[in-house]
Amino acid sequence: MKKAALTLFPLITVLLMIWGFYQAIYVAPNDAMQGEISRIFYYHVPHAMLCFLFFAVSLVGSIGYLTYRHARPVLAQASDALALAGAEVGVIYCTIVLLTGPLWGRRAWGIWWTWDARLTTTLVLWLIYVSYLLLRRFSAGPQMQTLAAVLGIFGALDVPIVYMSNRWWRTQHPAPVFGGGPDSGIKDPAMLAAFGWNVLAWFCWGLLVLFLRYHVERRHQQYAELEAEEALAGAD
Amino acid sequence: MNSVFWTHLVKDLRIEWRSLDAIVSMLFFAGLVVVLFSLAFDPRAAVSQGIAGGVLCVATMFASVSALNQAWAREIRHQVMDAQRMTPSSGAQLYFAKVLVNFIFVTVVQGALAPFFFVMYNLHIAGAGWVLALILPLGTWALVCNGVFFAALSIRSRNRELLLSLILFPIFIPALLGMVQATTAVLTGENDPWLWIKMLTGYDIIFTTVSLLLFDVVFHAE
Repeated sequence: MKKAALTLFPLITVLLMIWGFYQAIYVAPNDAMQGEISRIFYYHVPHAMLCFLFFAVSLVGSIGYLTYRHARPVLAQASDALALAGAEVGVIYCTIVLLTGPLWGRRAWGIWWTWDARLTTTLVLWLIYVSYLLLRRFSAGPQMQTLAAVLGIFGALDVPIVYMSNRWWRTQHPAPVFGGGPDSGIKDPAMLAAFGWNVLAWFCWGLLVLFLRYHVERRHQQYAELEAEEALAGAD
Repeated sequence: MNSVFWTHLVKDLRIEWRSLDAIVSMLFFAGLVVVLFSLAFDPRAAVSQGIAGGVLCVATMFASVSALNQAWAREIRHQVMDAQRMTPSSGAQLYFAKVLVNFIFVTVVQGALAPFFFVMYNLHIAGAGWVLALILPLGTWALVCNGVFFAALSIRSRNRELLLSLILFPIFIPALLGMVQATTAVLTGENDPWLWIKMLTGYDIIFTTVSLLLFDVVFHAE
């Protein structure tokens, strides 16, 4: 059963990604104002939404580690692995947002980058999670896990600032696609379908990478534990 | 206020009073940054009004990192930090005392730097000048409350001095933006600084609360 799921899920993910690509590039109509360049949104917006989701996964892992680190060590280690995996996948998704945004901006605004609130805060978010990954590199052991979990919570505090920045501050970035007022939302059903399929496909892809990364990290932890126990046994 | 808090506060103030390590090095460093920026950007009348706020905030930020690195490194000698960990009092008081002490240091440096700065950049305040007395402390508090927290966090790692800047600067960016925008709005008198002041206040409240709540976790991380 587990084996079947492990084979089937990647297969479904790849099929979804192919279908999403087909929908975004061949089926969805051109944007009336922007033309072909608007198709980049079928990648840009899902990645932006999902990077928040993966940072949320990282936050849950960080809180879980801090909650259970004394009482339930196994659960705490699993939470720590989840926090790391969530942060890594989130950073990748955020990188894609930061790369696809300027590609669109160059055509639509005539500039690659502008220091408006939402772009800046997304960049800040990326920097914070990169510094989280650096902190994990610079120290070791359970101490590092505690410190990283604390920084993970600080990083997550920045996420609502990023999300709300578009409404708090005047900004050059287009208004939110969903929930941005009476005119927001995608009106064309073919566009909405292409968008939905891409969100689903990239969600499954992210989940797959998250799952793999989580298991690799769990193995790392188990080997480190085993080595520590062997060293202790040898010392006796 | 608790006596533990006062003990820490008075101890740090007394150490600084006797050595003047943090304030003198910060003042000199911030002065250097101001001079370097004015050489790099060649500020003439109109330009200087626009960039002065940013230069002052960035100079403060760079300078305070040197003091923040010392804030906990000072406690490592003679195992003072280990002793503090063993005391039954809550770490929040220690943290709060450290923040207040460093806030005083940075404010003193800003106060000393300001006249020098106004002369070097030929500034005049076009907006309401008294608002600066609100903006600078709010921004400094944002810097120091995070800085003391992350200095305690990074002191356990390799490359601790580098790591403090790597962690602190990204987290501080929203507050820096608010501080610079508000200061520039006051200096040029073209925009309204209040939106940014509200944002700074919100930032201060959020990050002070979370730091107070999580400080024990960082301080006792083993």
